[in-house]
Amino acid sequence: MVEPDKQDHPIMAIDRDGLNALIQRLAAEGYQVIGPRVEDAAVVLGPVAGVADLPAGWTDEQSGGHYRLVADGKGEAGALFGYTLAAQGWKRYLHPPRTRLWQAHREGRSWRVEAEAAPQRYAFLGVRACELSAIGVLDRVFDNGQFTDPGYAARRSGTFIVAVNCGRAAATCFCASMDTGPKAHAGFDLALTELPGEDRAGFVVEVGSPAGAAMLQAIPHGPAAAADIDAAERAVATATAQMQRAAGGREMVADAAGVLSRNAEHPLWEAVAARCLGCGNCTAVCPTCFCTSVEDTTDLSGEVAERWRRWDSCFTLDFSYIHGGSVRRGTASRYRQWITHKLSYWHEQFGTSGCVGCGRCITWCPVGIDITEEARALAESEGRT
Amino acid sequence: MTARKPKLAVWKFSSCDGCQLSLLDCEDELLAVADAVEIAYFLEATRAQVKGPYDVSLVEGSVTTPEDIRRIRKIRKQSKVLITIGACATAGGIQALRNFNRVYDFITAVYAEPDYIETLATSTPIQDHVPVDFELRGCPINKYQLLEVVNALLNGRRPVVPAHSQCVECKAHGTVCVMVSQGTPCLGPVTQAGCGNLCPSVNRACYGCFGPKEMPNTSSLAGWFSANGLGQPHVRDFFRSFNAGAEPFRRESEAHE
Ligand code: SF4
Ligand code: SF4
Repeated sequence: MVEPDKQDHPIMAIDRDGLNALIQRLAAEGYQVIGPRVEDAAVVLGPVAGVADLPAGWTDEQSGGHYRLVADGKGEAGALFGYTLAAQGWKRYLHPPRTRLWQAHREGRSWRVEAEAAPQRYAFLGVRACELSAIGVLDRVFDNGQFTDPGYAARRSGTFIVAVNCGRAAATCFCASMDTGPKAHAGFDLALTELPGEDRAGFVVEVGSPAGAAMLQAIPHGPAAAADIDAAERAVATATAQMQRAAGGREMVADAAGVLSRNAEHPLWEAVAARCLGCGNCTAVCPTCFCTSVEDTTDLSGEVAERWRRWDSCFTLDFSYIHGGSVRRGTASRYRQWITHKLSYWHEQFGTSGCVGCGRCITWCPVGIDITEEARALAESEGRT
Repeated sequence: MTARKPKLAVWKFSSCDGCQLSLLDCEDELLAVADAVEIAYFLEATRAQVKGPYDVSLVEGSVTTPEDIRRIRKIRKQSKVLITIGACATAGGIQALRNFNRVYDFITAVYAEPDYIETLATSTPIQDHVPVDFELRGCPINKYQLLEVVNALLNGRRPVVPAHSQCVECKAHGTVCVMVSQGTPCLGPVTQAGCGNLCPSVNRACYGCFGPKEMPNTSSLAGWFSANGLGQPHVRDFFRSFNAGAEPFRRESEAHE
C-alpha cells in the first residue's frame, strides 16, 4: 500500500484496513455511516462503526417468499459483501417511513410554525448497482426540476455513496435484464469490487466523483494490480451469467411495458388476487415505491398540531379512497395497478422503468408472488415469447 | 367563557378489564384527558358516578347474558357517541370460543349448580346489538390509539387508525419478516396493525390481537401455513384466538375443522 498522498491512478485498491479507515474517516467528517450488518436472521442496513460490524462470512439464499441467512464457512475471513441485498434498502434513509413535515404552536389567534432541523448526513456503504439505479429513480420523482421535495433533496445532497459491485446474484435478482447491474457505472462517490478467493481479500476501487477522489486520498490505498482488475471483472461477469434465463437465472420479459399496457383486462389478475394478501410488503421493500399518506395530529388541548408523512401502499383499501369510497376495492385491481405502474406507465411519467430488477418484492412477498413470472405469463398469453 | 366539558363514561361487559387498564395506563396523558373531559362514569378508576346522558361512552367487553343486552341498549340511549374498545367488544373476545361449541356443556363441566347460570349461547360484539360509532381494535387496545380517538373526537377531526396490515407496521419499523426469513407462521398479513409492533419486534410472529385487516385474504395465508407443514387443527387454532368471532377469522377456522 502506498501512502495517502501518493499520485492517484484510475483504478486503485484498498485492503480491509483501508476500508476500516474509510468508515472511520467518513464518521470523522460528520457522516453517519450506514452499512450491512447481521440482525434478526438477516443482513439489514444500520449504523456501522468499522469493518468488524460488517457481515463477514455471511451470505444469503433467496427465492419467492423465502430468505435464509447462510454462513459461507469462512467466518471472519469470509467475504464482507458475500450477501446480495439487505432485507430493506436505502430508501428508508432517503425517504423515511415516517417524517414530520412541520409542527405548529398556537399563539393567541394565530400559529407559529416550526421548521424541521437539518437532516443527518449519511454515508451509504455497500450500495448495489440496482439500488443506485433506484436512487436515480427516486431522484427523478422527488427532485426533477419541475417539483422538488425539500426534505428529500436535503437528505440526498448530503449523502456520500460507496457502491459495491456484485460477484454473485441471488435467484431473485434480474438486474442484468433491466440494464441496471450487476456493476455500478455512475452515481457513486467510490465503487468497490471485493476480490474473490483468498482469505480477508481486499477491494478494487473506482472513483466516481471529486468527493470520492478526496476521500480515497485520505485513506491508505494503492494502484490495483492488473490481475486484481481482471479478477474483479470476472466476479461481476459471474453474477451476470448467473442471471441468464438459459442458465436457470431470472430475466424480465422483453417489452414488459408494452405487455402490461395491452393487458388491462386479463384473467391473470383474478388468479393473482386469489394468492395476493394485499399486505403491502412488496411496496415497502421496493427501492422505488415512493407513495405516502399525510396524517395530521393534535395534542389534547389543541395547542400543538403536527403534520406527518408516512409510507403508504397501493395495496391498501384506503390508498384509493376518494369521496364516496375506494376506487380499487378488489385485490385484482390493486395488483394490476402496482405492476402496471412499475413496468409500464412509469416510463411515461418519469422516463424510466419503475422496476430496477432487485427482486426484493419477490423474496419478501410472504406468498412469493413474482413480478417476472406474472409479466412473463401475460406475454406468453399473447403468444409473443 | 368556559365551555362545558364533554362527559365521558366507561362501561364494562364480558371482559378482563385489560382495555380499561390501558386507559389508566395513559398516566401523564390521563391528566390531560381528565382536564379535557368530565369523567362521569368509570368504576375501574373511581366510585363517583354522574348521571347520563353522556357525550362519549367507551364500551369494553362482549355481550354474553340477556342482562347485557338490556344494559347495552340503555347505554346506547344515553350516549351521543358510542365507541367500543378491544377484541371482546369488537369481535366477542376469547370467550367467543364458546360459539363453536355447546355452551351448556361448558356450564355443566364448570358449575356444581348449572341451573343458577343464566347465559347466552354465544359471545357477541356490541355492534351486533346496537349501532356503534367507532370500533377500536386490540387485545388489549393500544393506549396511543385510544388517546388518538379521544383526541380526534375532542378536536373534531378524523381519528388516524389505519385498517392496513401488520406487515406495513413491520416494514416501517425495519423489522425483518419472520415468515420469509425463518419460515414461522404469522398472522400479520391478515391482521390489522395497531399494537405498535409488539411481537414482531422481539422476533415473534403476530397472533392477530387486532383482528382482521380490511379485506384479509385468509385462505391464501392458510394455504401457506398448510404448505409449510402446519396440520389442519393447527391452522384452525391459529385463526381461533382473541378474535375467533371476527367474521373472516371465524370462516377460515371453520374451513379447517
Ligand atoms: S418492483 Fe420488485 S424487483 Fe422491481 S425494483 Fe421494485 S422490489 Fe425490485
Ligand atoms: S404481492 Fe405479495 S407482498 Fe405484495 S401485497 Fe400481494 S401478497 Fe403482499
